[in-house]
Amino acid sequence: MNPWPFVAAAYVLTAIAGAAIAFASWRSMVVAERAAEELRRR
Amino acid sequence: MPSIHALANPTRFLKIARPATPVCFWSGVALMLFAAWGGLTRTPPDYLQGETVRIMYIHVPAAWLGLGGWAGLATASFVYLVWRHPLAALAARAIAVPGALFTALCLVTGSIWGRPTWGTWWQWDGRLTSMLLLFFVYLAYLALNRADAERGGDGRIPALFGIAGSVLLPIIHYSVVWWNTLHQGQSIGLTGSTIDASMLWPLWYAMAGFTLFFTGIVLMRMRTMLAVQKVEARMRRMARG
Repeated sequence: MNPWPFVAAAYVLTAIAGAAIAFASWRSMVVAERAAEELRRR
Repeated sequence: MPSIHALANPTRFLKIARPATPVCFWSGVALMLFAAWGGLTRTPPDYLQGETVRIMYIHVPAAWLGLGGWAGLATASFVYLVWRHPLAALAARAIAVPGALFTALCLVTGSIWGRPTWGTWWQWDGRLTSMLLLFFVYLAYLALNRADAERGGDGRIPALFGIAGSVLLPIIHYSVVWWNTLHQGQSIGLTGSTIDASMLWPLWYAMAGFTLFFTGIVLMRMRTMLAVQKVEARMRRMARG
């Protein structure tokens, strides 16, 4: 059995999951901090 | 606990968290990429497992974060229950989603490794089953937290659950000792490792990289929660006039 498709699948899956949680966390942080800052300025 | 008391102030915490977030996140990404490069191209294949051993460089750090994440969640829950630091409750909540994700990644990458190595995607053995239980415990914590927030709870019930769930950690750790499992025994301990140094070095970079990445994500989530709390408090004040 060729092991490389299994190795590639594990790495690609981890990269996608890591990128997804990083992007979602960063996006919600930016949106929430911007809203808090705008409200503070009002 | 002077340092914990000092950090309990959200303003002081944010002063540290703002510069620490990109530092942790980007140094984590850099170390993870370096470890992946080393693990995929600079290490020899294992004499038994062959090339599939390269999955170890993501599977082991993912397992470490699943377990370490719950240990952090339980510690933060304990600090919240004893000292009533609201930031501790926030930290526990911020750990839950990345902790669950890395536990899931540990299960999936282990399953992918198991197919060419053991000839099966899944086996109901002690280590795999206890790790799956940890994933379900993470999901239960997330559901409990949401339910508690919706009914206006003070977070004590999720915190108690966070501490109670830590009973799984020694079970997972010793599962390969207590039961005859398909999963291999402990390869890395405090006194040494059974893995050859030529294959071991990228694992240290991967462990450090994944941990820093995880810390960066947790800091982002804590900052989000603090900002949302600020907005809600200000809206309440405005509504009162």
